[in-house]
Amino acid sequence: MSFFSWAWDWITQSANWHGSGSIPQQIVAHLGYSALPLLIASLIAVPAGVAIGHTGRGGVLVVNLANGWRAIPTLGLLILLAVFLGFSFVTWLLPLVVLAIPPILVNAYEGVAGVDHGVKDAAKGMGMTPWQQVTRVEVPIALPLILVGLRTGAIFVVATATIAAYIGLGGLGRFIIDGLASDQYGPVAGGALLVVVLAVLVLALFALLSRLVVPAGLRGQSKLGRTE
Amino acid sequence: MMWSWIPQNWSLIWNLTWENAKLGVLPALYGLVISLPLGIVAARWRWFYPPVLTVVNVLYAIPSLALFIALIPAFGLTDTTVIIALTVFSLCVILPNVVAGLRAVPAPIRQAATAMGYSALRRLVTVELPLAIPVIIAGLRVAVVSNISLASLGQLIGVSSLGYLFIDGLQRDFPTEIYVGLVLIIVLALVCDLILVGVRRALTPWEPRRERRERQERAVPARRLAA
Repeated sequence: MSFFSWAWDWITQSANWHGSGSIPQQIVAHLGYSALPLLIASLIAVPAGVAIGHTGRGGVLVVNLANGWRAIPTLGLLILLAVFLGFSFVTWLLPLVVLAIPPILVNAYEGVAGVDHGVKDAAKGMGMTPWQQVTRVEVPIALPLILVGLRTGAIFVVATATIAAYIGLGGLGRFIIDGLASDQYGPVAGGALLVVVLAVLVLALFALLSRLVVPAGLRGQSKLGRTE
Repeated sequence: MMWSWIPQNWSLIWNLTWENAKLGVLPALYGLVISLPLGIVAARWRWFYPPVLTVVNVLYAIPSLALFIALIPAFGLTDTTVIIALTVFSLCVILPNVVAGLRAVPAPIRQAATAMGYSALRRLVTVELPLAIPVIIAGLRVAVVSNISLASLGQLIGVSSLGYLFIDGLQRDFPTEIYVGLVLIIVLALVCDLILVGVRRALTPWEPRRERRERQERAVPARRLAA
């Protein structure tokens, strides 16, 4: 049997849709576990990236740090925290926040730092205060990239929340980890398919969002966008 | 930290490190081999790129653990499963860099090559690709470093890697193992990264060593993935 037939058989069993630990419950839990770290990471990384991009100081450091960051294995970090703290709020929240910060930070920085100098000079020449330059000119122009960063951060978090099930977190990872532990491929495949669907929905959501919030004159640029 | 554990388990540690290196490096090379022709086509015929990029973005959104799982029925709990999944991710990272690198070749340089009588193929191989090397290698570095870290997830489906030390360390409540795993993965990734920097320098002796590099590597749709 193929992956999809296993996954489909499991997802369409009505027993999996009712009671505690059912599919709808775990989807909601998964979204909750993903939204909170993403929110915290955005509140830290977007202002920081915009500030660094505006002043132009510390940019090289940010980019290099983000590069090195990739090497940190999330599974290892989660397990290390679990060994020391047991299963707590911090155990799962911290690695997810840590994970989401670099792409958001780097894209916000790159977006603002990359704003055309002529445009920046024009904003200054029109008598805008630095605050106005940032909020009315630089951030709107950087918005496609900022959204790419948020999208990447969101996708990382949705993906990694799955792995956090290994140390006891709820969400869709439960089906995968428990299924692997009990040698049942059905829930493993079903859980994996649901995570993929969720990740693709996040992607679509951000595509929609960028249509709604990006200034008309900039649309199409995000196609060149980088993910970090 | 129990230092004596390390020499006692030297051969285990060495085998896992080697396995992890293989699971990280091979997919990046395969990804490069697939990305080059696709990227060359996408850089030349512009209409080809947007649909490819959409596919790449969707593939990139698939959590690696989910992709491992999806490949199990076809390839079992083997290295192949992990290598194929990570090849897909490497492709997603490297392909945009190949396209960006080729497109960034200044038009006057291309025109000069044509004026000197270069055929399209000769121009591509001897002018455009060499000039794109720094950007392509920037993508390769991202892919290798991410793969080495992601390969540890293969352990969740029983494919051995340094991830074994995490899981065994958790089960035995033995932090030493977890530290060793973390440090080795990071060191392994940094070593591979440095090797690639060396390769880039060797291949592009005309590049200035420092300032321009930063600029070029940042002009790149580099990506990073997590879990």
